Amino acid sequence: MSADPTRPSHVPTCEEVLTFLWAYLDGELEETKRQEFDYHLSRCESCTAYLETYKTTIALERAAASHEGTAPDELPDELVEAVLAAVRGPRS
Amino acid sequence: MEGDEEVLRELRSGREEAYERLLRSEGARMLAVARRLLQNEEEARDAVQEAFISAFRSIGRFEGGCRISTWLHRIVVNSALMKLRGRKRRPEEPIEHLLPRFRDDGHQVEHPSLDWHASADVLVERREVRELVRGSIERLPETYRNVLILRDIEELTTEEAAKLLGITANAVKIRLHRARQALRTLLDPHLRGHQA
Repeated sequence: MSADPTRPSHVPTCEEVLTFLWAYLDGELEETKRQEFDYHLSRCESCTAYLETYKTTIALERAAASHEGTAPDELPDELVEAVLAAVRGPRS
Repeated sequence: MEGDEEVLRELRSGREEAYERLLRSEGARMLAVARRLLQNEEEARDAVQEAFISAFRSIGRFEGGCRISTWLHRIVVNSALMKLRGRKRRPEEPIEHLLPRFRDDGHQVEHPSLDWHASADVLVERREVRELVRGSIERLPETYRNVLILRDIEELTTEEAAKLLGITANAVKIRLHRARQALRTLLDPHLRGHQA
């Protein structure tokens, strides 16, 4: 069998890929390292699945926070009044 | 916010109506920010109250390099973080059991070969998924939860988060990654095989 011509001289392990996944996603890896990660990911189902669910996790965080449940429609009146009174200061 | 320059002019002139308009237009969103960080209603309200008072008193120093809402948001985040720092610290639970584990040869111990079968857009339409995500974020140790909220949800830059938390940019990146990994682990058993 002939050697894979696309195989980089160093192929990172799953541990290396998942430890530095943030740098891969943020585009912080140097080009050679990024190609090594691409090679690993193109051949490792586990890491590919991990990458996809990692990205879905980030999207879910943002989406869940932007949906209802944490934001009231308005600031409570007493809080508005308290701020205005404090800024107004004591009146003689 | 519409007409930031006009709003700023009115705020600087000390018009109470301008203060109240800003409180009513931005206040609810700011309270949601403080609630996410503090997970305590009373403290969240105090943080927002103190933040608005501080903002109005220092409006003269606002240089206009960003939107008023962005400036206000940073003040609220800072106010909430100060409250967190003032809390009695308890030892945090370790997070290692929520991170991926590897064999000696560097391969994963678990095989997350099953995808979640549905995109975030589809999953988030379900109330139980949204509650699961929010509940899982609350379960993260505070050190990790704060970084995750500041970076992923409040969308601060790495440098902004580092400055507010008093840690290095690199520490923010690593904590954020570990927080996302831990959150992924908490969600995984619930979302595996989740059909659209």
